[in-house]
Amino acid sequence: MKHKRVSHFDTVFDAVSTTLLVLCLLIVLYPMYFVLIASVSDATSISTGKVILLPKNVDFVGYSRIFQDGRIWSGYLNSIWYTVASTVIGVVSTAMAGYSFSRKDLAFRRPLMLIYIFTMYFSGGLIPTYLVVKQLGMIGSPWIVILMGSVSVYNIIIARSFFQETIPVELYEAASIDGCGNLRFFLRIVLPLSGAILAVLALYYAVAQWNGYFNALIYLNKQQYFPLQLILREILISSSTVMSDVVDVDAVQEMQRIAATIKYGVIVVATIPMLILYPFIQKYFVKGVMIGSVKG
Amino acid sequence: MSKSLNRVARSIRRNWVLYLFLVPTLAYLILFHYWPMYGVQIAFKNFKPARGIEGSEWVGFKHFDKFFRSYMFSDLLKNTVILSLYQIAISFPFPILLALLLNYCVSQRLKKTTQMVTYAPHFISTVVLVGMLMVFLADSGVMNQILIKFGLQPRNFLSDASMFRHIYVWSHVWQRTGYASVIYIAALSGVSPELHEAAIVDGANKLQRMWHIDLPAIMPTAIILLIMNTGNMLSLGFEKVYLMQNDLNLSVSEIISTYVYKIGLLNAQFSYSTAIGLFNNAVNLVILLLVNKLSDKLTGTSLM
Repeated sequence: MKHKRVSHFDTVFDAVSTTLLVLCLLIVLYPMYFVLIASVSDATSISTGKVILLPKNVDFVGYSRIFQDGRIWSGYLNSIWYTVASTVIGVVSTAMAGYSFSRKDLAFRRPLMLIYIFTMYFSGGLIPTYLVVKQLGMIGSPWIVILMGSVSVYNIIIARSFFQETIPVELYEAASIDGCGNLRFFLRIVLPLSGAILAVLALYYAVAQWNGYFNALIYLNKQQYFPLQLILREILISSSTVMSDVVDVDAVQEMQRIAATIKYGVIVVATIPMLILYPFIQKYFVKGVMIGSVKG
Repeated sequence: MSKSLNRVARSIRRNWVLYLFLVPTLAYLILFHYWPMYGVQIAFKNFKPARGIEGSEWVGFKHFDKFFRSYMFSDLLKNTVILSLYQIAISFPFPILLALLLNYCVSQRLKKTTQMVTYAPHFISTVVLVGMLMVFLADSGVMNQILIKFGLQPRNFLSDASMFRHIYVWSHVWQRTGYASVIYIAALSGVSPELHEAAIVDGANKLQRMWHIDLPAIMPTAIILLIMNTGNMLSLGFEKVYLMQNDLNLSVSEIISTYVYKIGLLNAQFSYSTAIGLFNNAVNLVILLLVNKLSDKLTGTSLM
């Protein structure tokens, strides 16, 4: 008898929890879905609330305006270039440092690690950093944006934890008896076993660089070098309308009418790389959280 | 003594490649973290770019004094702390709840779909997120259309200062809950199935199992995260707040980091801005250390 009551309760529980999950799913999904359908609907249908579940009066005028805008193209290219460069530099330098710190036989390991960790909790602040960059003559240079996004102590710690767990001490000892040096051991044995952590690091650096705008805002001064996020800021938030080569009154009026559609389209265009890579991203980001949570 | 010194020297010689591996990141940290820390002294000087850091005259705590006396001081501190604590308090329970629901989800497909969808907003950039908020919450935006449909008064969400904190915090909940639940899901997967089996035999229902088995299992993780977040409350991010600022909500949206940026880079008051930044960093560090001690005492877990 008691069993029956419990299972009855559990049925109710399942119904409630399923409802809550579906609700949660819809709340997160709908805004993203709405952006997508609004970007291909005509402006009047959006502003009168006719676009709810499906796009209305499908047109791609927003997208065609977006692709005529030179700023978006140059922002896209800059972002790709910054992301690739800072990811490559970041993964290589982080894997190297992470591996060194994973080796217990590294003399001065603790004090060295402390030098790294201290920077996570204290910094010179905005202006002193700016003055250093200025002294280095790197204000306005794309390289400063690339470099600033390419070293994260947090990622070094994640890499260290990974190496500590996957590369047994005995492996190096055995290899070194056979005359294998550190460099060869790292290149031939450690790296081939570390595909997962390299992917995690690459994604962490790539996503941070692709999505960030702070360094570009502080250090860049020419629009030709602006990454996509700064251009998006101009279009989405500072509300400057998308510019094209056609400049006449009709075109300007038309543009104001479709400004909202364009904004939706810009959001989609900016998020497409993430969307394409998403299954991959999801897998390795989750993996990264797992490695990060097992602190060494 | 000389023997152990010898051993260290030998170990360094044998592992010189490992030290070489540290060079790129160490160089980066020295250049972009430790050199700026040396430059922090301009907080105590009247820094003139033409004279350089060393050539500028010392003024002691003048800039700090000015900041503590300025009418901005209490507003900035209040805005920063309130926004921070509001966000921590609200965004704390949701990932736990989501993880528990996912853990008890009967349909694998629903579970997978929900995870995929709820993680996604984490990868939307701050600029795009704030852009979405602006189109949704505009006067003629979707939100107001919904309000009108339900017979409610439309509002000026974006120019209403009293809405700023809610928009900031709840959009954070929307964006980060899924991703933040990952760590709890990991903790839940560590719970031994035998505990649940035993509980089922004893006639416990799902809610009881959730309360007495799963919640205690994730509590340590939850408490550590909560404590760490509280320790970081003064280092509230610049990016999202700065994008959401407008002239009408500045009374609640001006926080320390955005003020440092404006005073320092836009108004070029280098020393004053550095002093404010240093005050912020120092207080933050002290809070973090205290909280870390507390965490160590309470849970036996600490950062370092």
